[in-house]
Amino acid sequence: MKVHLPNSAFLGNIDSFFNSLDMSDTNTLQISANKKWISVHPLVLAMVAALGQTVRPENIACEVFEAKSKHYFERMGLFRFLGVRSGIDVVEHESAGRFVPLTQIQSQEALSKFVTDMIPLLHLSPAHAEPIRYIVTELVRNVIEHAESPHGAFVAAQYYEKSNSIRIGIADVGVGIKKTIGRSHRVSGDLSAIGLALTPGITGTTAREGGTEQNAGAGLFFIKSIASINGDFFAIYSGSALYKLLRQHATKRHILHADPFRDRHSARENLPQWTGTAVGIDMMLDETEKFSALLEHIRGTYARAVRERRKERYKKPRFV
Amino acid sequence: MITITLHKVVGDFAENKDVARDIREKEILPALEKGDEVVVDFEGITGATQSFVHALISEAIRRYGGDALDRISFKNCNETVQKIITIVTEYMQESG
Repeated sequence: MKVHLPNSAFLGNIDSFFNSLDMSDTNTLQISANKKWISVHPLVLAMVAALGQTVRPENIACEVFEAKSKHYFERMGLFRFLGVRSGIDVVEHESAGRFVPLTQIQSQEALSKFVTDMIPLLHLSPAHAEPIRYIVTELVRNVIEHAESPHGAFVAAQYYEKSNSIRIGIADVGVGIKKTIGRSHRVSGDLSAIGLALTPGITGTTAREGGTEQNAGAGLFFIKSIASINGDFFAIYSGSALYKLLRQHATKRHILHADPFRDRHSARENLPQWTGTAVGIDMMLDETEKFSALLEHIRGTYARAVRERRKERYKKPRFV
Repeated sequence: MITITLHKVVGDFAENKDVARDIREKEILPALEKGDEVVVDFEGITGATQSFVHALISEAIRRYGGDALDRISFKNCNETVQKIITIVTEYMQESG
C-alpha cells in the first residue's frame, strides 16, 4: 500500500487524497509526503495510523519528512503509531495548543475515558462540548460494536483558530459499512450501504423497524443532522464509496431529510477500497446551534421518517 | 416503586450502552414485569446519547407500548436529556 500526504487535504478537497491511495500489496505500507508543506485534516492522520496497524512494523517505509510543518505529525503521534523514528524533536506545545493527538480506542472503558479527557484538551465551552462529545462517542461506539476490527478506532481532532472550527477524524480498518448493513438489508454496493446507514431507523443488526433493544439505527443520522443544521462538512468513506455532506446554505440548514441523497451532498464510487470506515466532520464553532434546539429539528424528521416507512408497508385495499 | 440513580454508574455523560443494557435487564424490565413503577433519576447528568437512552428504555416500550410510559418516569432531566428521551419514546411508539 502507498499513501502520499499532500500539501492540503481537508474535507472540501479530500477526494483527491482518497483517490491517490494505493491499496495494492497489503503486506507493505509506504508513506511519502509533500516536501514543502503538509496541512491535512485529522481524518488523514487517523486513516494512516489505522492502516499502519495492518502491516508488520518492519514492512512500513516512511520517508523522512522535510516539510516545515513536519513537527505537527510528531506532535499528533503519527510516527509513534507507525513504529517509525521520525528524527523530529518537538518542544512541548504551548498551552494555547488545542488538539487531541491520535488515540487508539478499543473498548467502551477506553471510550468513556477518552471522551472525559478530550474536552479539556480542546478548551471548549460546555455549549460547544456537547455536540462534539456526542458525535465522537457515537462514532467510536459504532466502531467498537460493529467494525470487528482488532485495532479498534483511531481518533484525532484539531482546533483551527482562523476558521474557529474543530475538525475531527475517526477511522477503522474493520469490515466496512456494506458488510454490517448487508447483514439485515439488501445493498447493491458501498454507496447504497452508506445511504442506508445514514437513514434513520436502519441498523445492520435487524431488519425490524425500530431496531433491536440495543441498536436503533439512529446514530449516523443524528450526526449527519447535527452537521447539516450547523452547516458543517461531514464525510464518510467506506469500501469504494464516499458520501460527503456539503456545507448547507444558511437558509436551508433546518430542512433535514431522512434520505441522505436529498441533502446537499457529493458522492463517489470506485475509489480505492478502504476496508473499514473513515469519518470526518468539521464543526464551525461560531455557527453551532444550541444543542437542544438542534435535537428538536431531528425529532420531527425522525418520527416522520419512521411513520412514512411504516405507512409504506400498510396493505392497500383491493378494489374489485 | 424503584428509583434508578444513573449518575453513580454512568458519570455526568450517559453514553455507555453496556451499562444501559445492564440497568434495562436487571432493574427496569424486572420491575415492570412485577407491576412496579420505575423512576430514572438523571440528577448530575449533563448529557446523554440517543444510543444510551434507546438501550435503556426501548425494549420496555416495545413490550408494553405506551403503557410503559405510564410506569416509567424521568427525574431531574435537563433540556437536552429531555429532548433525547422524547425522540426515543416517539420513534418507538411510531414503529410499534
